Amino acid sequence: MMMPRILMTLLLLLPLPALAVVNVFACEPEWASLAQELGGELVSVTSATTGLQDPHHIQARPSLIARMRKADLVVCTGAELETGWLPLLLRRSGNPGVQPGKPGYFEAASAVVLMEKPDKLDRAAGDVHAQGNPHIQTNPHNVARVAEQLAARLAIIDAVHADQYASLYRDFQARWSAAMTRWEQQAAGLQGLHVVVQHAEWVYFNAWLGLQQVANIEPAPGVPPSSADLQALLTQLKGTPAGLILHSAYQDGRSAQWLGERTGIPVVELPFTVGGNAQITDLFSLFDATIQALLAAQS
Amino acid sequence: MNYRLTAAAVLLWTAAQPLLAAEVPDSALLRSELERIRQEYETQVRALESRIEALEQRESGTATGTATAAPVPTGGAVTGNAFNPALSMVLQGAVNGYTADPDSYTLPGFQTDDEAGLAPEGLTLGETELTASANVDHLFYAETTIALHDDAEGSGVEVEEAFVDPQVLPAGLGARFGRFYSAVGYLNSFHTHAWDFHDAPLAYRAMLGNQYRDDGVRLNWIAPIDLYLNLGAELLAGNSFPAGGSTHTPGNVYSLFANIGGDIGDSHAWQAGLSTLQVDVDARASSGSAGDSVFTGNSDLYIADFVWKWAPHGNATQQNFKLQGELLYRDEDGPLQYTSGVDQAQLAYSGHQYGYYLQGVYQFMPRWRTGLRYDRLSANNRLLVTNLGGFASAQDVIDGSGLNDAGHRPERWSLMLDWTPSEFSRLRAQYNRDDSRATQTDQQWSLQYIMSLGAHGAHAF
Repeated sequence: MMMPRILMTLLLLLPLPALAVVNVFACEPEWASLAQELGGELVSVTSATTGLQDPHHIQARPSLIARMRKADLVVCTGAELETGWLPLLLRRSGNPGVQPGKPGYFEAASAVVLMEKPDKLDRAAGDVHAQGNPHIQTNPHNVARVAEQLAARLAIIDAVHADQYASLYRDFQARWSAAMTRWEQQAAGLQGLHVVVQHAEWVYFNAWLGLQQVANIEPAPGVPPSSADLQALLTQLKGTPAGLILHSAYQDGRSAQWLGERTGIPVVELPFTVGGNAQITDLFSLFDATIQALLAAQS
Repeated sequence: MNYRLTAAAVLLWTAAQPLLAAEVPDSALLRSELERIRQEYETQVRALESRIEALEQRESGTATGTATAAPVPTGGAVTGNAFNPALSMVLQGAVNGYTADPDSYTLPGFQTDDEAGLAPEGLTLGETELTASANVDHLFYAETTIALHDDAEGSGVEVEEAFVDPQVLPAGLGARFGRFYSAVGYLNSFHTHAWDFHDAPLAYRAMLGNQYRDDGVRLNWIAPIDLYLNLGAELLAGNSFPAGGSTHTPGNVYSLFANIGGDIGDSHAWQAGLSTLQVDVDARASSGSAGDSVFTGNSDLYIADFVWKWAPHGNATQQNFKLQGELLYRDEDGPLQYTSGVDQAQLAYSGHQYGYYLQGVYQFMPRWRTGLRYDRLSANNRLLVTNLGGFASAQDVIDGSGLNDAGHRPERWSLMLDWTPSEFSRLRAQYNRDDSRATQTDQQWSLQYIMSLGAHGAHAF
């Protein structure tokens, strides 16, 4: 019993023949998933974070430096989401090919128009991002735009396989468009739904499906609510109730639960990104599960 | 590209010359051919236009307003300060209290740097650090930290760090030159505001003068493997403790370091290191309670360090734990000159010293952390008085040098609690039970604040 297992482990440790040509280092699981869709067997993808981690607060761990050292392409959200750890990884990686400005560095946020760009920058207003709200992956149309740019970038990085990347992109684009149509039909009933969110990370999603954010549990981005904040929110929601209370899988849901219990408003935990729960293995299942969770809670 | 186009056009033109000349009668045919091509193009353009229109309709027809398709403009208006470096400032201050006289502080068995004493008693403004960093150009990144202090020990401006990192070295190579904190050990390369306790470990206080920085160059290499493996060396001038001279000669001090690290599952990350600091000491002065010493010789330091961090699913926001420890061993050898008043004695000094600390810091709920640290030092010094000078006995000289620990091994327990309302502010309370001195236990306490203004600094693991 033991021997085969040891042998298996040893086999796994052996270097594999170089099938994957492009090493992709993704900062977040959604971009890892997208890079996998667009690169197929031509890429080897690793994600710096999981769906249960807060992408604002990641340590520049040794393992991440080692992974970035070997990367051919770094795919991150940008818009200062990773400002607490990515610059350090880039500087320490000893990898000149993935530095900002090089073809090996790709920021998803550069492919879309950011919402909530603050008029004034003051840390008293919490953890605001000067370029706008970075949580762009919650609108699949944004994902489509990023996909187009990322596919083009892969074809630059690995020009030999440009035709294959083009065909992988066409294939993804067709499946994604069909899925978006399906989601939009399924979610038609969510339009106008009033929601309370834990953190301002659903603005793109809300804009897509016509949900309306009526309150935010965090008094300012990244600042947890005090009991006074929660009380004020409770009073507000008793006066003008909302349809749902949303929080993401990586967040502590206790404030949301507390509000839910006292107002009778259903609380929904949404996956937020790939890996937000065990069932969510790619971008398609991410939106399937998100919309299903909302519909189930609403009914 | 342009060149090729031009060449092609020239070729076409020369080729067409005889052709045109010969076929002028057929110009009607040529005209109709051109007309056909024009119509073909127009059809294609119309088809493209209608496709774009269809796409635009599909875009705007989706439920309610989606984000618009226009790309983000990449460049804003360039103003005079658009290229300013990232600036950040760290304000630190504390109230410190001691039950023993801080001026009587010693670490028996060790000759320490003058900087490595206790923080001033009472209300004190610690260091105010100003950091500026930016890419210099396509080749270099530079960063400097200027420390301002103004306390009971005087006021001054100090260039803490001022270094340049080349950005384009290939194959995992990295380099740094200028003034910087040495990569030996674990804690040494962190600025004090990133430390988990407000004071340095005793081993750092005794053997690195709290924290060792110097002028010089560093080269390091990260191996292209899954495990993090970082190997490096530094050549330093030896301008500060433990070197103590100011000969400005690179190579008076050199260091070698190796770090490995990785993850265990999603929840655990670790790093371990081995390093050495080889110092050619040139007239290192230290003042003791009875007299002053000047040491010249070899000082070889070896450090083993590790850090292990835990956070459930790697999400450190709610709870996390950090365990960290370092073991320092030092070998010193050489002549020592001891002066007290007009008397001057010579000693042969050979020291074998070690020190270690172990600390754990636990974030038990968001924003709140508590930590416990244990410190220990031990010296085994051989001292031989070769010239008594004017002193009455060899024992007076040995005791006065501070290198005689008389069987006492300094130790300390520290307990801290801190509150971090945001990434940019921290308030900390700390208590030490300090048995550094041979004769009395010092109860030390401090309340400290650390405030960061400006650019968002990223901290190393």
